Amino acid sequence: MATNQDAEAAVLSDDMAASSPPMGIKVIIREFMRDKLALASLILLVVLLVTIFIWSFLLDQAQVTNVSLWDSYLPPMAFSEDPVREGTRFLLGTDSAGRDIFGLLLIGARNSLMLGWSVALITSAIGIVVGILAAYYAGLVDNILMRIIDFIMILPQLMIIIIFVTIVPTYNVFTFALILIVFNWHGQARFIRGRALTVGRLDFISASRTMGTPSIVIMLREMMPNISSLIIVNLTLNFAGSIGLETGLTFLGFGLPTGTPSLGTLVALARNPDILANRAWVWLPASTLILVLVLCINYVGRALQRSADAKQRLG
Amino acid sequence: MWKTIFRRLLLMIPQIIILSILIFIIADFMPGDPFRGLVDPNLDPAQLEIQREAFGLNDPLPVRYFRWVGDALRGDFGRSFNYQQPVVTVIGRRLGNTVRLSVVSVILTYAIGLPLGILAGRYNESVLDKTILVYNFVSFAVPVFVLALLLVWVFGYNLNWFPSRGTISIGADTTWERWTSMLYHLMLPAITTAILGTTSIIQYLRSEIIDAKNSDYVKTARSKGVPIQKVYTKHIFRNASLPIASGFGFTIVSIFTGSIFIEQIFNYSGMGFLFLQSIQTRDYSVIFVLVLFYGVMGLIGTLLSDLILMAVDPRIRID
Repeated sequence: MATNQDAEAAVLSDDMAASSPPMGIKVIIREFMRDKLALASLILLVVLLVTIFIWSFLLDQAQVTNVSLWDSYLPPMAFSEDPVREGTRFLLGTDSAGRDIFGLLLIGARNSLMLGWSVALITSAIGIVVGILAAYYAGLVDNILMRIIDFIMILPQLMIIIIFVTIVPTYNVFTFALILIVFNWHGQARFIRGRALTVGRLDFISASRTMGTPSIVIMLREMMPNISSLIIVNLTLNFAGSIGLETGLTFLGFGLPTGTPSLGTLVALARNPDILANRAWVWLPASTLILVLVLCINYVGRALQRSADAKQRLG
Repeated sequence: MWKTIFRRLLLMIPQIIILSILIFIIADFMPGDPFRGLVDPNLDPAQLEIQREAFGLNDPLPVRYFRWVGDALRGDFGRSFNYQQPVVTVIGRRLGNTVRLSVVSVILTYAIGLPLGILAGRYNESVLDKTILVYNFVSFAVPVFVLALLLVWVFGYNLNWFPSRGTISIGADTTWERWTSMLYHLMLPAITTAILGTTSIIQYLRSEIIDAKNSDYVKTARSKGVPIQKVYTKHIFRNASLPIASGFGFTIVSIFTGSIFIEQIFNYSGMGFLFLQSIQTRDYSVIFVLVLFYGVMGLIGTLLSDLILMAVDPRIRID
C-alpha cells in the first residue's frame, strides 16, 4: 500500500517537473534549436562580427588608406602596379585613389557596427529610463514626456537630421552620433512606456507601493526585470535599424565625416553612374555586407521576440 | 461623422502652429535668409551681416516669426535664391514628377501585396506561404538604398530592361511619347518602392485571414452552403482588410512626399531630389518650405488614417 503511494507520488513529481515552464536562457536556446535558419543567422553573425573586429584591429589603417594613383580602380585579385608596393595583391580590387577595398570594407564595417551599436545602446537606455518613468509616475509626468515625444514625432525625421548635419559648426563622429540619438530615442521611449504601463498596473506593484518600497527600487528591481526580454529584443532590432540609418545617411553624403570609412562611404561611391555600372567591386561588397548583417540581426531579433512571447514560441 | 472631422481639423491648427515654430527655430540656425531667400548665402560674413540687417533679419525671433506667418497666410513663401523664382513655383514644378511616381508605386504595392497576403493567409503553413514569409521578411529588413542600388544595377545597367536615371528621355516630343517615356522611366523606382511597401499589407492580411478562418461567421457561411471562394472574397477579405485601411491615410499622403533615397539613386527629379539639391546649393528658403510641407503632410496623414478607419469600421469611435 505504502509503496503504491510512493510510486504515485513519484509519477506526480515527474509530471510536475515536465510541466514547469522553461525559463530565461533555456527558452532562447530551445527557440534557436527549433528554428535552424535563426541558428544559422546567429552563427553567421557571430563569425562576421569576430572576423571584422579581430581582422580590422590587426590591419594598419595608414596602410589601407595609403593613396597610389598607379593602382586606381584595379579589379579584384589584381596585383599592384605601383613599384613601391610591388607584389601586393588586392582581394577586392581598389578604389579611385588605389586604396584596398577589402581593407576599407573591414575598417568601414567595424566603424559602422560600433557607431550603430553605440547609438542603439544609448537610445535604448534613454528609452528605458523615460519609458519607465512615464509609466510609473503616470499623470503629469507621463503627459509632459509624451507631449515632448509628440513634438519630435511630427518633425520629418530624415530631413531634420540632414539639416542638422549640414548646419552643425564642428562636425565629427560624436556630433553625428549625438544627432542620431536626439532624433531616435523617442520611438524606444514610446515602446517601453507602452509595455511598462501594463506591468505597472499589476497587483504586485501596487502591493509593493503600499508596503512602502522606494520608487527607485520598484522601477529598477520590479518593473524592469518584467520587461527585460522586451528590452533585449528591442535593442537587437534597434541595432539593425541604427546600422541602416547610419549607412543610409553616409550614403547620401550626410553621415560619417570624410576620413572615417564606413560601409556607407563605400556604397556612396555608387552615386557615380560609371562606378555603379562598370566597377561593381567598389560598392557591391559593402552593399552585400550591409544586407547580410541587417538580415541576420533582424532574424535573430525575431527569434528572440518569439521566445519572449509564449504564444508565438515554436518549441 | 462631420462633427468629428470638424473637431479634428480644429485640433490640427495648434499642431501646425507648433510645427511651424519648431521648424522656424531650426531654420533660424541656417546662415543667409531661409525665410524669404533674398540674401545670397555665399557672401562673406561682413557683407552677409549688412544684407541681413537691411532685410530685417536681425530683428527678434518672435517679430520675424509673425512677419513670416503674415506673408505665408497671403501665399508668399519667399523666393528660391538658386532659381530666382518663388519657392512655391519651384516646388510645384517637382510635385508632378513625385506624384506620378508615387501613384504608380501605390498601385504596384497593392497589386503585389493584396494577392500575396491573401494567398499566404489562405494556404498558411504551405510552401507558398513560407516563400511569401521569406520575401516579407527580406522586404522588411533590407535598407531602401541597398535594394534600390541592386535593382538599378541588375535591371538598369546589366539587363537594360529599364532606364536607370532621370524622369524622361530627351527625344520625346509628342504627348504620347512623353507619357510613355515618363512611365518607362518611373517603372524601376516604382517597383523598388512597391517591394518595400508590401511588408505591412502582407503581414496584416495574412494574420487576419488566419484568425478569420476559424471564426464563427465563416463556419456559418460555410454550413449554409456558401462556396469557399465566395467566403474568401465576400466575407473574410472585407473583415481582414480593416487593419490595412488604417495605413491608407499615410499612403495617400506619401503620394505627395516621395522618397529621398529612391529619387537620389534614380536621379529622379522630384521633391526628395529637390531637397538634396537645395541642401547642396544652400537654398535655405526651399529647404524650410519643404520641411514644413512634409511636416504638415505627416499631420494630415494621421488625421486621414483615423477618419478612414472610422469610416470603414463603425465600431471605432475616435474623438
